[in-house]
Amino acid sequence: MRKGVMRPGHIQLRVMDMEEALKHYRDLIGLVEVNRDNQGRVYLKGWTEVDKYSVILTESDTPGMDFVGFKVLNEEVLNNLQQALVNYGCEISELPAGDLEDCGRRVRFVAPSGHLFELYAEKEQTGKWGINNVNPDAWPLDLTGMKAERFDHCLLFGPDVKATHKLFTEVLGFDLAEQVVDPDGNLVAAFLSVGMKAHDIAFVECPEPNKLHHVSFLVETWESLLKAADLLTMTNTTKDVGPTRHGLTHGQTVYFFDPSGNRNEVFCGGDYHYPDHPAVTWKAEDLGKAIFYHELVIHDTYLEVLT
Amino acid sequence: MMGYRIDVDGQYFNCPEGQTVLIAMKRKGLTCLPSGCCAGGCGICKVRVLAGNYETKIMSRAQVSIEEENKGIALACRILPSSDLKIQQIKNIIND
Repeated sequence: MRKGVMRPGHIQLRVMDMEEALKHYRDLIGLVEVNRDNQGRVYLKGWTEVDKYSVILTESDTPGMDFVGFKVLNEEVLNNLQQALVNYGCEISELPAGDLEDCGRRVRFVAPSGHLFELYAEKEQTGKWGINNVNPDAWPLDLTGMKAERFDHCLLFGPDVKATHKLFTEVLGFDLAEQVVDPDGNLVAAFLSVGMKAHDIAFVECPEPNKLHHVSFLVETWESLLKAADLLTMTNTTKDVGPTRHGLTHGQTVYFFDPSGNRNEVFCGGDYHYPDHPAVTWKAEDLGKAIFYHELVIHDTYLEVLT
Repeated sequence: MMGYRIDVDGQYFNCPEGQTVLIAMKRKGLTCLPSGCCAGGCGICKVRVLAGNYETKIMSRAQVSIEEENKGIALACRILPSSDLKIQQIKNIIND
């Protein structure tokens, strides 16, 4: 049952060289740089996003993901969910409003997978970038690269998908849209939705905690994916796989790497989910079809290359 | 073409000046080293350089510590050779 969590609102990624990272996320993927703060963090967004930013880049000697934040409906919901997390046995911490620029207070917890998550109710809304809210045009001029529309979801690797799934569904009100189940009936991957998207966040079982598999950005069409792949070649960017289609979610995809080795995806299309829909199940023994619907096999490093 | 002779566990290829060892290997269609992010982040192409001179581009400290770096351990995707190199693959480097 929905509990007032609306969407993945932001993700903070660690990069080893900020200027190289900006050439990638801003100039190649086409996110819009909206601000930099006195800690050296750079804030970006996809042009369709109404909130001020959704991607935060921070410089580090170790790439990966720092945290994912989910925006909730309002302050009352935030208070209720904070209490629900405590009641469930989660250790929570709090960051004051303004720690991230123009963002309200954030309630943080670590999931059994080892990843840090946060909830917040307030963030400045600056509107879709380059678009008026009255009689809006279809898209803004001056977009660059892949013209990514929004930060869409991420796939995280860590231990105990079962317990992580329980926390996200029972406490935070996510639905299990799709799952991968092994021959013994164990849940080895959970694709969770908090709206109508096929997934807002996904987890895959892995002994090492707190690993990032990929962060994904939405583009408009299959043609956009073809041109995204063209741009990877034009810019000597390492492509992982695609353009192709997933079995899971049936979304269309291209995978590639940022200049610090974090895997990115641009994707489009795919299935939708309503709260009364039963979870779609994929058999772990057919994982090739589940992940790469055309190739039917997973290349060696897809499940091993993580940051 | 200017380049250096790279020996990975007895397999040889040429690495052009200014190219990393892993990219040079991939462009030859070889697979003697596993290829991952090609950006110094994932660590799958971790090697020990047994002989030769090189520089490295920035590598994740989660994959190569300062001590390891000083002992000639590096990620092939970040190695820019400045001489012929003799390289040994480090097995089972994922998650260790």
